[in-house]
Amino acid sequence: MKKLLLLIFFIPLITVAEPYIANLRSSDIASEQEAPRLGNEENKDLKRKRNYPMQPPTIPHKTQNYRVDLNSNKCLSCHSRRQVVDSQAPMVSVTHYMDRDGNFLAEVSPRRYFCNQCHVSQQSVKPLVENDFQDIDAILDNKAVKK
Amino acid sequence: MINKLKELWGTIRQPSRYFSLGVLTVAGFIAGIIFWGGFNTALEATNTETFCISCHEMNNNVYQELKSTIHYTNRSGVRATCPDCHVPHDWTDKIARKMQASKEVWGTIFRTIDTREKFLAKRKELASHEWDRLKANDSLECRNCHNFQYMDFTRQGKRAEQAHSAGLATGEKTCIDCHKGIAHELPNMAGVEGWQ
Repeated sequence: MKKLLLLIFFIPLITVAEPYIANLRSSDIASEQEAPRLGNEENKDLKRKRNYPMQPPTIPHKTQNYRVDLNSNKCLSCHSRRQVVDSQAPMVSVTHYMDRDGNFLAEVSPRRYFCNQCHVSQQSVKPLVENDFQDIDAILDNKAVKK
Repeated sequence: MINKLKELWGTIRQPSRYFSLGVLTVAGFIAGIIFWGGFNTALEATNTETFCISCHEMNNNVYQELKSTIHYTNRSGVRATCPDCHVPHDWTDKIARKMQASKEVWGTIFRTIDTREKFLAKRKELASHEWDRLKANDSLECRNCHNFQYMDFTRQGKRAEQAHSAGLATGEKTCIDCHKGIAHELPNMAGVEGWQ
């Protein structure tokens, strides 16, 4: 009986306390939003700055309809060790030819095969969320000013 | 049997006994129009996409793959159908290709690629045939629409411009050398020149 009373007491609390979840939707979860328009990928072929030394470089060209699967890898048809002679594209970094124990392989390591896991084309659009990232140079400059 | 053939040969050799020269000429002329027209109509009927995808091998595999590519759907709505790329436009070349294609009828009858698995297993061989064909005729079917003379390099991307002015302009390379797998999925490309 006591337990039942407790439960009845707590039920309204459970339903009222709606947890706030941060998301990119501006409407409630049940309504369907209009899909954002497709943008154009940048295709300038100019290298972009990396925000920190280990950042995977972003792709400075279009990669629409590039197939990367078991049979073929469109990216590697220019960026692999053998193909850069013809394409004059930058070769994928040497770390991509290493297995996780640091041994060098003849081909790109399977764990690095799917380029789009880390490298992506960019579109010039307004960022959806605010970002106050500072790169190491900015941090060092700030420190120098404070002193 | 031999005697009957000899008799027939004799009849054919003889001049016409009942029909005038005029009737024979006009009748021959009309029959010629009908036969030639019929032949051409039949030929053109086999040169349509509806004909190609009336076989499930084509409809379920290559046609479905084509649908997401730029040669099927794009902003301006111009599209290429199967024969635009796979059948030469010139008459003699077309007939030659059609005769080769009789092998495909054989394939349908004996179910060479009647399942997706069989098709995938044979894909490299089939794709190689098309690559070889386009390589041999200097990518003729591509050039039927994409005319090199009218390409504006300044409107191309930097990499495209470079590749086209270096390889294509000198005739060192042809379209298919670089543009493989643009309308269909690719087979396993291990060992194919220019891939990995």
